[in-house]
Amino acid sequence: LCCVVDQESLLVSTMKVLVGVKRVVDYAVKIRIKGDKSAVETANVKMSMNPFCEIAVEEAIRLKEKKSAKEVIAVSIGPKQSVETIRTALAMGADRGIHVTTDMRTDQEVQPLAIAKVFAKLIEEEKPDLVILGKQSIDDDSNQTGQMLAGLMDWPQATFANELTFGDDGTISVKREIDGGLQTVSASLPAVVTADLRLNQPRYATLPNIMKAKKKKVDSKALADMGVDVEPRFTVTEVSDPPTRQAGSVV
Amino acid sequence: DPTKMAALRVIQKLARTVPPRCLSVSWMSSHASAKSAGHPVSEVVMPLTVLSEDEQMMRDTVAKFAKEKIGPLVREMDQNSKMDDSVLQGLFENGLMGVEVEAEYGGTDSTFFSSCLVVEELARVDPSVAVLVDIQNTLIVTSLRLHGTEEQKQKYLPRLAADTIGSFCLSETESGSDAFALRTRADKKGDYWVINGSKMWISNSEQAGLFLVFANADSSQGYKGISTFLVDRDTPGLTIDKHEDKLGIRASSTCPVHFEDVKIPESNLLGTLGHGYKYAIGLLNEGRIGIAAQMVGLAQGCFDYVVPYTMERKQFGQSIFNFQAMQHQISDVATEIEAARLLVYNAARLREAGRPFIKQAAMAKYYAAEVAAKTTAKSLEWMGGVGFTKDYPVEKFYRDCKIGAIYEGTNNIQLSTIARYLKQEWQQ
Repeated sequence: LCCVVDQESLLVSTMKVLVGVKRVVDYAVKIRIKGDKSAVETANVKMSMNPFCEIAVEEAIRLKEKKSAKEVIAVSIGPKQSVETIRTALAMGADRGIHVTTDMRTDQEVQPLAIAKVFAKLIEEEKPDLVILGKQSIDDDSNQTGQMLAGLMDWPQATFANELTFGDDGTISVKREIDGGLQTVSASLPAVVTADLRLNQPRYATLPNIMKAKKKKVDSKALADMGVDVEPRFTVTEVSDPPTRQAGSVV
Repeated sequence: DPTKMAALRVIQKLARTVPPRCLSVSWMSSHASAKSAGHPVSEVVMPLTVLSEDEQMMRDTVAKFAKEKIGPLVREMDQNSKMDDSVLQGLFENGLMGVEVEAEYGGTDSTFFSSCLVVEELARVDPSVAVLVDIQNTLIVTSLRLHGTEEQKQKYLPRLAADTIGSFCLSETESGSDAFALRTRADKKGDYWVINGSKMWISNSEQAGLFLVFANADSSQGYKGISTFLVDRDTPGLTIDKHEDKLGIRASSTCPVHFEDVKIPESNLLGTLGHGYKYAIGLLNEGRIGIAAQMVGLAQGCFDYVVPYTMERKQFGQSIFNFQAMQHQISDVATEIEAARLLVYNAARLREAGRPFIKQAAMAKYYAAEVAAKTTAKSLEWMGGVGFTKDYPVEKFYRDCKIGAIYEGTNNIQLSTIARYLKQEWQQ
């Protein structure tokens, strides 16, 4: 991991954090497959913010409360209803939102590489010091976007974050959940962090904050206008239910 | 373009009668889409069950909070007849106790309809918590917002939004439906009032920090002497008796409250002397929409639990849901819950739009209470033996629903109110 310290991004009090929030089928909903087996049924199904994105937003807000961050920007790529997901992030405490609109299916067609490229483009414009993403989304379970983004930007990455702390010297120290236990890494900023389950307990968007969130700004831009190659690299040929459980047999 | 002008006039008219924050973005955007569908649109009317973005977000957040923070404690709170402090704290922290309180007083700055939604969502999990929030919002906060002086608002609204529970003290042992026969007295002594009397069946009183008390300041005027007073809990002479051991909504404390030479400064008179009876009627006319919302939430919460059970439970080789008799009963109840909800939403929207709503509010409360009773009774039957045990939540819903036909105006009072309006409409 790169340990070169960039003096500009040491200005912690002006730190900008970009957080990704994805609109997915609510975790409690029983998933149904479309009749033609082409995809998961999402029409008239309850949608919510991806749970790992909630954790990412919560971490960013906590950084703001600790005065480590100045501004938190929530980004969502998706259909027009994704603005509701951004509003939830705003209601949790994010300062403003960016909505990249697309009618492509975000669980199959807009793939992690494309998302990473969109984020890279936004990073060029917004110049954040830290990007926090959920480790994966519960619809495609790719667990690739954060890693690909770090690769594209040539930034350090700290994935599966269980704990995030700031050092005085403008570095971050992240405890990662790995198969064998916990691994601590340190990285200089700017960096990509992906949030794992135990990083924090996301707060509820309180009712007063939901009302206040209405006044916060959300910029909208079309995915097609971003000049990013979002061509799918693979096609989903079939989505089907797992085989029904058979009774076990006594050996 | 005459169509556009007509639509614009409707929106403007709506805007004049409805406070700015009641108009929601989705109404405007649906207007735009209706136009683009190519049909001439003279006015856009949305289905009752379509909520604005804020309302939807609030409902989701309350549903989540109720499921995660209240759900696990419901059984214990019912058994011990005690509301858990963590629940009370959570209600305040999430802004559920001052839904209509303006932001400048530290409130949520939202609408009456939102508070009904909050009550409905809470009632799906625990009607006891729902009634506490309903009284706070629709009776206590509303009375201050409507009748309070700026000083009173500055003093009490922030507290009500942040940490103080309010109690509505109207009923007495000798005056329930006949509320104006109340006997609690308020005597003027110089620049303060002295209150003497006893109130009965006062909800939230065990935890309340503020009491809204209806007392007669001039019995020679009959009910026109009834006035409204603000009494802080720590005022000497105010005592709260042990809570009642109730059939249902047990976690909501219901106690007698005694006033023995309770002295309050004259600045604690709310509104105009002798207008208390008017305020009480007005507050209860609105408040009963909140109770109706509670009953709808209760019915829905019960129904949501039972239907999956009927699909799992197998008898005679199939889910009991598959039997036609069961399907008919279940569909009948589902229809009634939907109808009750529409009555509630419509009454709330009418009230928000500044249109006449009292008849509809009475209908909503009466009908929702009946539907809740039918839903819970039927749900118990569908569950069979297990429903009859305390291990399952249905028996609690069954016990909780009965109060709906009694408090904030009994069923008979609601029917009499509706008849009064029908008489006005149809009188030759």
